[in-house]
Amino acid sequence: MCAPKVGGLSLEGIDLGKATVIQGTVTRDGEPVGGAYVRLLDSAGEFTAEVPTSATGNFRFFAAPGTWTLRALAPGASVDLVVTATQGKIADVEVAV
Amino acid sequence: MSRSDVLVDADWVQAHLDDSNVVLVEVDEDTAIYDTNHISNAIRLDWRTELQDQVRRDFVTKAQFEALLSAKGISNDDTVVLYGGNNNWFASYAYWYFKLYGHRDVRLLDGGRKKWELDSRPLVSDVVTRPATTYVASEQDISIRAFRDDIVPALGVLNIVDVRSPDEYAGRLLAPAHLPQEQSQRPGHVPTAVSVPWSKSANDDGTFRSDEELTALYSGAGLDFGKDTIAYCRIGERSAHTWFVLHELLDQANVRNYDGSWTEYGSLVGVPVQLGDAPGSAEGGAA
Repeated sequence: MCAPKVGGLSLEGIDLGKATVIQGTVTRDGEPVGGAYVRLLDSAGEFTAEVPTSATGNFRFFAAPGTWTLRALAPGASVDLVVTATQGKIADVEVAV
Repeated sequence: MSRSDVLVDADWVQAHLDDSNVVLVEVDEDTAIYDTNHISNAIRLDWRTELQDQVRRDFVTKAQFEALLSAKGISNDDTVVLYGGNNNWFASYAYWYFKLYGHRDVRLLDGGRKKWELDSRPLVSDVVTRPATTYVASEQDISIRAFRDDIVPALGVLNIVDVRSPDEYAGRLLAPAHLPQEQSQRPGHVPTAVSVPWSKSANDDGTFRSDEELTALYSGAGLDFGKDTIAYCRIGERSAHTWFVLHELLDQANVRNYDGSWTEYGSLVGVPVQLGDAPGSAEGGAA
């Protein structure tokens, strides 16, 4: 077993034409927040995955096409953001907490 | 048994950090994160190298467990408080393991590492060593452990709870997408098993849901609280978390964790397997 990779999974060796990627940065007052937690919830609000952000506030998920909710948890904050993911595209978002 | 006997909160831990008979132990899926930082005075247990036999697929023996805890400086009379990341996933596994070998007073830090971090509580990086002890373990308490030959006779008789993700349950995935190893030969689930993904028992911050919410969760999925229960996942760690919920929080008398889990059952020759999103009948079959 391997641990969830901080910041999310690597893009190395991934065929981006087939992948459905949701990635982004968690920020507070415009500055990246490392060590926050980002949860991926499906269209019914069910928990699917969670990753801690990297030191530069980044996270990444491989999802399926559709509508997802990102929930960023940081000290004193829980912020939701709805994202539409499309196969072959990288949804790149900023979540301000 | 009640919640206060098996769970402690962060204030309790901060108040008892320096007690000589309280041993804080971090157990994480990512065994390296302890090196980055950890709660003051916490020692580490490595689930992969220290809690698994390195040759056979099994737990360490009683003698090995005694040697391990003695070297870590844990005494039989100590209060062991376990914590880790990811909703206490591996900390719950270690909790069950300590109970398997009869440790009297073991508890979980509710919310584990995540809640501690989200509350901005202090973490340190200095490594802690404790003076060695002479730990004496009990024989394994197999009333909390299920084995492969226990499963088929339980079909349609006992509660069987599959705590993997819905896609693993239905047979669409053999393992979580980020964990390609440790797969069974066949996808699917144990026929008649109800699906309650382990993560549903935790809040966003990793703390356990209330007893009322947990009871509603399992009864809503079809678990009969009047029957004995076997929980399983893929390799027995997520189901240790569910074992904690059912046995320690909800006080169910006879709950066993099947640590062979789907990697074993899904590789057996001749046992019934069910595909699809419904529990199915004891004979198993396609959706």
